[in-house]
Amino acid sequence: MSMNRRQFLKLASVSTILGVGSATAITSLGRGGLEASQASPDPKALKAKRWGFVVDVGMLKTEEDYQKCIDACHNIHNVPTLKNPKHEIKWIWKDDYEHTFPNMAEDKIMNKELQEKNFLLFCNHCANPACVRVCPTQATFKRKSDGIVMQDMHRCIGCRFCMAACPFGARSFNYVDPRKDNAIKVENKEFPTRMIGVVEKCTACYERLAVGKQPACAEASNGAIVFGDLEDPKSEVRKLMAEKYTIRRKPELGTQPSIYYVIGGGEHV
Amino acid sequence: MYNSGKIIAGLAVFFILAALPFLLNLGKANAKIEPSIKTPEINAMPVKQCVESKEFMRAEHMQLLNDWRDEVVRNGNRIYTSKSNGKQYIISLQNTCMKCHSNKKEFCDKCHNYMAVKPYCWSCHIAPKEEKS
Repeated sequence: MSMNRRQFLKLASVSTILGVGSATAITSLGRGGLEASQASPDPKALKAKRWGFVVDVGMLKTEEDYQKCIDACHNIHNVPTLKNPKHEIKWIWKDDYEHTFPNMAEDKIMNKELQEKNFLLFCNHCANPACVRVCPTQATFKRKSDGIVMQDMHRCIGCRFCMAACPFGARSFNYVDPRKDNAIKVENKEFPTRMIGVVEKCTACYERLAVGKQPACAEASNGAIVFGDLEDPKSEVRKLMAEKYTIRRKPELGTQPSIYYVIGGGEHV
Repeated sequence: MYNSGKIIAGLAVFFILAALPFLLNLGKANAKIEPSIKTPEINAMPVKQCVESKEFMRAEHMQLLNDWRDEVVRNGNRIYTSKSNGKQYIISLQNTCMKCHSNKKEFCDKCHNYMAVKPYCWSCHIAPKEEKS
């Protein structure tokens, strides 16, 4: 059979249209899924435009005050305590002034009290998160509804791009199986663990917000960590920020962190 | 044909050996896999009803679980309204499914082992405590 150029182009275009058309028809037919009306949020859930934290470390006096917040989080989220410091998993942790605000630490003659203070650090739930930009599978993503930077463990492939991207060190990689060697000290049966090879971090207690509870660290902190809507001028966090001077970690990087640290302590302002 | 007797006899022996597993099982019913729903929680239910009908769950539970996962993790929707009875359930593998089906070994694993599928749910989600059998 001989064919001229015109006939070939006709045949090729018709078969392309047929092929693409039937492929979309088949995929759209095969899609079962839930109907939109079948899944709905819990009416008890706390809602905000953009969740944020105000942390006043001046209110954390003793070592136990810090540890209470850390334990509250790590115990309900099945965060393992691993012997090898290189394998450490942390959602919320304590660090010194120099590591918290490295861009300000070169000033050695400023407030001594502040320089000797430890700070509570956890995921900043940035408005413009670097980790989300680099994630190749969208395993980490920003919730459109309330700005929480979420981690979908089902999708994480463990590439650790997000760990390289995060300027706050908020992410930990599971180098070992967290269930081995009884590393999970207190097991919460209502919450999953993680598996070897995924990255994890603070999730702003999305599972507690969904049932109307405050994040565990805020609840255990005796007022040192205040949680609320940054976009709502009447919220508790905004009131605190209006009263006291607050700074954020590494704002010059442009990620717009959502944790504000109170500087100067309550009595001195 | 040279050595036809030996070749034909050899072939016959080979075919009988190869067909032996099939011949031995001829007429026997296949081992039937019946996942057990005998748990204290389910026994206590007045009407034994899952979130959807038995037939739907049998055929579609994997799809349903995938949809549940996406709804909770990605869309923040935690309440599921059943198609079959209109009741509302909290979307959670660990806290809804396994609260009733507290016998993972006799329920989940029985079919999954038979079908040689290895879902990776349990590498993160905590399975209910069971006595070692």
